[in-house]
Amino acid sequence: MLVKNRKRKKAEIPSSSMSDIAFLLLVFFLLVSTIDPDKGIGFVLPGKGGEFKVNPKNITNVLVNASGQVLMNDKEVQPREISREAQRLLSQNSLMIFSVQTAENTKYQDYIKVIDQLKLANATRISIADSE
Amino acid sequence: MAIKKKTKLKAEIPTSSMPDIIFMLLIFFMMTTTMRQFEGLKVILPQARKIEKVETKRHVSYIFVGRDGVISVDDKLIQVNDVRKVMYSKRVADPQLIVSIRADRNVQMGVISQIHNELREADALRVNYSATTANY
Repeated sequence: MLVKNRKRKKAEIPSSSMSDIAFLLLVFFLLVSTIDPDKGIGFVLPGKGGEFKVNPKNITNVLVNASGQVLMNDKEVQPREISREAQRLLSQNSLMIFSVQTAENTKYQDYIKVIDQLKLANATRISIADSE
Repeated sequence: MAIKKKTKLKAEIPTSSMPDIIFMLLIFFMMTTTMRQFEGLKVILPQARKIEKVETKRHVSYIFVGRDGVISVDDKLIQVNDVRKVMYSKRVADPQLIVSIRADRNVQMGVISQIHNELREADALRVNYSATTANY
């Protein structure tokens, strides 16, 4: 009987460390999956060749020049005031389309700032015009 | 003696299924993670306030635009006119494609609007402008 018992013990595979190994891998993947989440401003570009006429009443032209100055409907607006102005226009006309137009040498940051401000005003219909 | 043995058996916690549970979690996380494949260019992202997270990383592909207007996709420097070709093949492979534009904040808009046009030609219309949270 004694000999039999011994043999049985040797036949077992040590599985006590298996959970530790699995835990280690689990923790690794947990960490990897949360690192560096992608953040940014979502935007949908207008489709190709989809030029259609819009009632000029429903369009607000937003012009951004090279030094970051903003013109909304031929009126200069401080960059921080854009969202307030956009909200005002949206409350008058909920169908308002904001057409953002930039110059060739406008800084990207200024453009993002304008888009950001329009998004802050919950404007959904934002269009981009070709820069001149 | 017989009674003593019974109580001993009850006191043990069954741990034999623990590795199985952990393995299941492990496999779940392995399936859901996507490793970063490309390094990209060094850029200082612009700041914005109305920031949203990209829901899935699986359908995202990146366009890096360096400070001096260099464009990099999948760690290869490409010309603006080639963006269309590259993005079109990606778009065909994955119709849910989101293009994440990681451009430096000092890039001139001329390059960006060229990229816009290229993306419109490639029919890759879902765009995400990568930005960091502004604290003003």
